[in-house]
Amino acid sequence: MMEAMNSRVPQGALAEKWANYRSDVRLVSPKNKRGFEIIVVGTGLAGAAAAASLGELGYKVKSFTYHDSPRRAHSIAAQGGINAAKNYQNDGDSIWRLFVDTIKGGDYRSREANVHRLAEVSLEIIDQCVAQGVPFARDYAGLLDNRSFGGAQVSRTFYARGQTGQQLLLGAYSALMRQVAAGSVELHNRKEMLDVVVHDGRAVGIVVRDLLTGEVSSHSAHAVVLATGGYSNVYFLSTNAKMCNVTAAWRAHRRGALFANPCYTQIHPTCIPQSDDFQSKLTLMSESLRNDGRIWVPQRGDDKRSPDQIPESERDYYLETKYPAFGNLVPRDVASRNAKSVVDSERGVGERANGVYLDFADAIAAQGEDAIREKYGNLFDIYERITGENPYKSPMRIYPATHYTMGGLWVNYELMSNLSGLFVLGEANFSDHGANRLGASALMQGLADGYFILPTTIGPWLAEQLGSQLVPTDHPAFAAVEQEVNERTQQWLATKGTRSVDFFHRELGKIVWDYVGMSRTSSGLEKALSEIPALHEEYLSDVRVLGSADSLNQSLEKAGRVEDFFQLAQLMARDALLREESCGGHFREEHQTEDGEARRDDEQFAHVAAWESNGDDHIRHEEKLEFEEVELAVRSYK
Amino acid sequence: MASTLSLTLRIWRQDSPQVKGHFVTYEMDDVPEDASFLEMLDILNEILIAKGEEPICFESDCREGICGTCGLMINGQAHGPQKGTATCQLHMRQFKDGDHIVVEPWRAEAFSVIKDLATDRTPLDAIIKAGGYISVNTGAAPDANLTPIPHQTAATAFDAAACIGCGACVAACPNSAAQLFCSAKVQHLNLMPQGQSERWERAEKMVETMEEFFGSCTNHGECEEACPKEISIDFIAWTNRDYIKSKLKNRSLFAQK
Repeated sequence: MMEAMNSRVPQGALAEKWANYRSDVRLVSPKNKRGFEIIVVGTGLAGAAAAASLGELGYKVKSFTYHDSPRRAHSIAAQGGINAAKNYQNDGDSIWRLFVDTIKGGDYRSREANVHRLAEVSLEIIDQCVAQGVPFARDYAGLLDNRSFGGAQVSRTFYARGQTGQQLLLGAYSALMRQVAAGSVELHNRKEMLDVVVHDGRAVGIVVRDLLTGEVSSHSAHAVVLATGGYSNVYFLSTNAKMCNVTAAWRAHRRGALFANPCYTQIHPTCIPQSDDFQSKLTLMSESLRNDGRIWVPQRGDDKRSPDQIPESERDYYLETKYPAFGNLVPRDVASRNAKSVVDSERGVGERANGVYLDFADAIAAQGEDAIREKYGNLFDIYERITGENPYKSPMRIYPATHYTMGGLWVNYELMSNLSGLFVLGEANFSDHGANRLGASALMQGLADGYFILPTTIGPWLAEQLGSQLVPTDHPAFAAVEQEVNERTQQWLATKGTRSVDFFHRELGKIVWDYVGMSRTSSGLEKALSEIPALHEEYLSDVRVLGSADSLNQSLEKAGRVEDFFQLAQLMARDALLREESCGGHFREEHQTEDGEARRDDEQFAHVAAWESNGDDHIRHEEKLEFEEVELAVRSYK
Repeated sequence: MASTLSLTLRIWRQDSPQVKGHFVTYEMDDVPEDASFLEMLDILNEILIAKGEEPICFESDCREGICGTCGLMINGQAHGPQKGTATCQLHMRQFKDGDHIVVEPWRAEAFSVIKDLATDRTPLDAIIKAGGYISVNTGAAPDANLTPIPHQTAATAFDAAACIGCGACVAACPNSAAQLFCSAKVQHLNLMPQGQSERWERAEKMVETMEEFFGSCTNHGECEEACPKEISIDFIAWTNRDYIKSKLKNRSLFAQK
């Protein structure tokens, strides 16, 4: 283990660690707060919440986004909901249960102390969002409504129709804009972070490119906070927005920050299947649909009748049969693998035989079409717009797609990476979801990190910096990085190859999906490790980027992002190859039980794999995961 | 296989805000019906890159109709012909073989063209900055169920909050007014119990900031027609009422000081 890899988990009983930490943590006085400058990159739930909260505390904050407006960050597309252990439904929920569900859902590959803190903070998040005016769903008494989600037997998910992420982000965005108006946050839109500047072993600032003018500039701070999301777009086809990328995190990694568990990617079970080869992205249908929809395929693969012509006795409700306790609400990885297995056994439905049915006929018969419309109306509309089929009349077709990445930059309990002064929040860090994230937990983590955890845990780092001057942006450390950024940018225009950035991205995505996707084998991963570098070489010599670097140039922006995806993809394959076990979203075909369930190897792999960048190579470090309160068990949803 | 279309596209090209733009005509064959409108432009861009021509600049991100990044005038209609649909969710099956399609950026003085079909919509953020929030610091919130909100109130506030900030309402308006955007944002908060203490200040500041950038509303109703979230112009009426009241309320507050 590297020295800087101390997790810094506080002493004391699990349930008291966060309280103890807050009681003991070094504080920064109001007067001194005004002297500290903090950079926050990204304005999704984690970034906007952090920038707003730090601004409220009196710090001088600079907030960066590559969008025209902070409100466009991809958190906005989250549909289903946000978990909190409020137990408003009196169905036996508690902080402990949310903690256990999350640890178990993550297949025992996350830090106990982090997850327990997340469960504790979940209560405050809902209070905060309601106070901001987030219009959560309410019952007829006017009290907050909840629904259930995969991996849980209680109803603890708060939701705002099918647009929960949008409403939470608008809340965080409004809080952020309030601080912009107050002058405590300086907003830099349409600026893409292209590197971190490290001086004397700590992060001292960032280098950004103005996407409209191409101007490259430096920004100095006492702390740099990355809240830049996940890397699902390495697959090209994913449910992520088109611009989502790994560049900020990857560039920090290349400057010394450890990248943890890159092979932990999540495949979301309920997306609209691919319809054609030109497709630009996949659209997710919230997994909340699994509350009322029943998943099935025809029993016989050659049964090509339309779904309403297939009698009950000839349908296979495979999740309900195989997992009677959780049924259609098994966690995402389990639901996804089972869908893959029925499609692989040639029982897929639709023109391309690449989906399974999600059927609402029973729910509509029992609750009425209006009740279903109230709960899922906008999702049904999206489905109809994309497919041209009416899901009130015939079942939806769904198939898994890449959706979320649990891996990310390594952070300690204080959310600081091994690089001093660099903090990482939300999906960009590796912290709370282990090898698989439960539904409605991403919004919870993003807001927990941004509103409540970072504003506290950044204190001790800043207290240490008291009296220290900012490294000026004309310092050689900044100049050197600016020059590298300029050279990297110019390189794409100078290549003058024959094929577009998207062409290479799509090809890369196919390799990663085939070999580092829903299930992995050592031979497939070896193949990926030879095919990716070969394609990468071609990319470097044959990519065609037209136009110039001094105006809005979308191909040029993409070229740098795809380069970082190439580098990341190789690390993902290597990480997957060395993790000789199956856990959560990482399923190695060599490691499964007789009935096809994931088989963990706690003896050898109850650890976080954190990769250090070493030139063009990598060194693997381990952080052992200690479980004091929960017993490592075989995850069973039967 | 689904069928394909042949199309004639007339697309606005403009190198930068400073130079004059013009229409360029592109002929396309074999456009798949299942493609979205933006995927059709992706296909065209791949063809242009292969020919060594700079691709057409247009903005999009989520391609699920929720982030509000995309937005094109398609045959003179903001977001095109399908009601309640953002450009990214519009599919080519809405068009016929042989169609001529004119594609332009948002047309509004407040939204200057950046390049080709991309425009600058930051004046919308200025309206939010003026008061589109509830002033509650992190940590200061009471329990979430302390204040019940009648189901219908929450639902109506949600109808307003569904705005995706795309700017179609402005682009569709003959006056380039932003009343639908502004009123949706004002009413989302003004309808909620949590939004009451700042209600009048919010209405006054947001409306007046809007007027610095945008034209005036003369009740054409084009905004509601173009809105991909079908937000009702009733919110405009309610905001007008709140604005007028705010002039009195804020004055009396001032007198108390």
